[in-house]
Amino acid sequence: MTAETSFSQAPPPEATRRSRLTAQRIRSAWIFLTPMMLALALVAGWPLFRNIYFSFTDASLTNLGAAQWIGFDNYYSKITLPSGREITSGLLVDPEWWRAVGNTLRFAFLSVGFETVFGLIVALVLNAEFKGRALVRAAVLVPWAIPTIVSAKIWAWMLNDQFGVINDVFLKLGLISEKVAWTASPDTAMTAVLIVDIWKTTPFMALLILAGLQMVPKDIYEAAKIDGVHPVKQFFKITLPLIWPAVMVAVIFRLLDALRIFDLIYVLTPNNAQTRTMSVAVRENLFDFDNFAYGSAQATMLFFIIALITILYITLGRVRFDGGK
Amino acid sequence: MNFRAAFAAPSLAALVAGGVLTATPVLAADISMVLGSVGQDAAFMAKEVKLFEEATGHKVTIVPMPASTTDQFGQYRLWLAQGKNDIDVYQTDVIWAPQLADQFLDLSEAAKDVVGAHFPAIIESQTVGGKLVALPIFTDAPGLYYRTDLLEKYGEQPPKTWDELAATAKKIVEGERAAGHKDMWGFVWQGASYEGLTCNALEWVKSSGGGQIVEADGTISINNPEAAGALDRARGWIVDGITPPGVLSYQEEEARGVWQLGNSVFMRNWPYAYGLGSSDDSAVKGKFAAIPLPSVEGQASAATLGGWNLAVSRHSRVQEPATELVLFLTSPEAQKRRAIENSQFPTVMALYDDAELAEKQPVTIMWKDILTNAVPRPSAPTKLKYNEVSSRFWNAAHSVLSGQKTGAAALEELETTLARLQGRGW
Repeated sequence: MTAETSFSQAPPPEATRRSRLTAQRIRSAWIFLTPMMLALALVAGWPLFRNIYFSFTDASLTNLGAAQWIGFDNYYSKITLPSGREITSGLLVDPEWWRAVGNTLRFAFLSVGFETVFGLIVALVLNAEFKGRALVRAAVLVPWAIPTIVSAKIWAWMLNDQFGVINDVFLKLGLISEKVAWTASPDTAMTAVLIVDIWKTTPFMALLILAGLQMVPKDIYEAAKIDGVHPVKQFFKITLPLIWPAVMVAVIFRLLDALRIFDLIYVLTPNNAQTRTMSVAVRENLFDFDNFAYGSAQATMLFFIIALITILYITLGRVRFDGGK
Repeated sequence: MNFRAAFAAPSLAALVAGGVLTATPVLAADISMVLGSVGQDAAFMAKEVKLFEEATGHKVTIVPMPASTTDQFGQYRLWLAQGKNDIDVYQTDVIWAPQLADQFLDLSEAAKDVVGAHFPAIIESQTVGGKLVALPIFTDAPGLYYRTDLLEKYGEQPPKTWDELAATAKKIVEGERAAGHKDMWGFVWQGASYEGLTCNALEWVKSSGGGQIVEADGTISINNPEAAGALDRARGWIVDGITPPGVLSYQEEEARGVWQLGNSVFMRNWPYAYGLGSSDDSAVKGKFAAIPLPSVEGQASAATLGGWNLAVSRHSRVQEPATELVLFLTSPEAQKRRAIENSQFPTVMALYDDAELAEKQPVTIMWKDILTNAVPRPSAPTKLKYNEVSSRFWNAAHSVLSGQKTGAAALEELETTLARLQGRGW
């Protein structure tokens, strides 16, 4: 301690110059960052704060101004019915909500899992040299480029049980014996949503992984070839470890996206308890039901659940956003 | 934004047609109205609006919305809560009045000369705390459509009970499929998870003596054996192959699609399907009729009271012209045209004795029986919580229809959920 104090009292000229430079840099960093932080506070921080605030009130959409503070009642409360029975209510004991959380997690892990595997395969194919590669690369992106609402509507018609092309083709091929109500039946609704999502977002994964693949130096493969390493071994020992950081970053992008899935499910299987996700439940309470405050509590919970999963993923997966340098 | 005040040069048409209203130059306003459209609603409304434009010089823009009433409601509620003034006139479902009352103008003063002509029950449903929230444009109650040709071919009578319906449907489906008509089904209705399922399921329950979910005094009555039996019976139609499994995602238009291609013996649907089924490109043209829905032996048939109304937004900047539009579209003349051209039924009582209407659209008079049995959904006792009650109910019904729960189990759970929702009172 004393040594340090004396050090700062009589700094050598060299160090003074450096710290002055550092201070200047820090200052300009602040100047550059301030506008962005202000903008973020305005468009993200304030709404988030308002949302969390509303979750502790009895706000109603028609009259937000009259919201009264009610503490944790939206999350957990005990009420006595006129019949004298005491029941618990609130988000923490709401089976519908936990079911929506379960649906969301199942959807997120399954869709991201499949998309990663398929995206990797597509990326490997696109990384190979072949004629018309540029064209194929562009074509692969088409599902990603179509707005979700449009592709969801297209799929809704293709999956329609009476008029859909998928039932027609499957029947003719003899894969199914009678028309299947893909989006309506509880057994197939989630599968239908997963198929459409995987179809739609695999290109995104492929693109990010392809970018990682192109960073792998070619000479490693030449050396491996000379040493007679089997191509499969090459993939697991060279390619995969080298693109792993890129894959991990791609996965977290997709995971964040999948955890807040709304549009696809809202169009394809509206109000279906098997596929209702957190976002769908939030919207329903906020706007359809007279439960603005309860919806806000759900939205707050959604925020914390996603944050928790992201933090777990980053720490457990040791994700490095600098590409592993 | 949508208010363009200008003195419109009175066109010849406006002078002629507007003779009754005014012959002097009118202050023209731009009015926007939203309209959830099923079948040919939008086309018909465009024609009506044109008449209004010619008569008054105002300009009306129709903003089309999705057919699902649940989707429309969410959007409208958001717009109205934001105080959005782009939309002046809203077409509202009969169940919305208690939930949106604060956002609409009180029409009782403007409509004081005409309210007496409408069915009192309908006007009452649109009156919240003495405020007339909306004026009815047409009323609605579903009926049972059946194929006269097929029933005749198999020597069957139109069913009076649900059991007769199932037996007849099964017989005809088996016969037709054996004869090579592979896509033939017995009975289509609306089983998707949305407001329409609440209507369907309420009819099954009510016509089986199982009450109305929440009674007029606010008691939750849904957990009873008759109601559970009614849901199990509907599940049975799917299991027995009378109803396609896809019905779990059908709304009105999907059911009509199957029916109008000639692929179903029976259909539960609203009157609009009558006009469309009689059109030239319909495979069932001239081969069908409609009757009240079946019931259980000893119970009365029940049809959910539907119908749509027009309301003026409190945030509108052209409230007077907008009110004028509402009065025009709900007038007896407009309702008569609507009944003849769009097979949607008048709310003006006198029209049911109208000779021309009886001749051109005899179904209106036939439907009078169905309308008198109409059952309201529990939107009045449950007030602001109606949407959530309805959603819980249709989810419970859907879980029975898809075979995840028995009727008894689903309704027991529903009762607890509704009790929790009711809390200290509706």
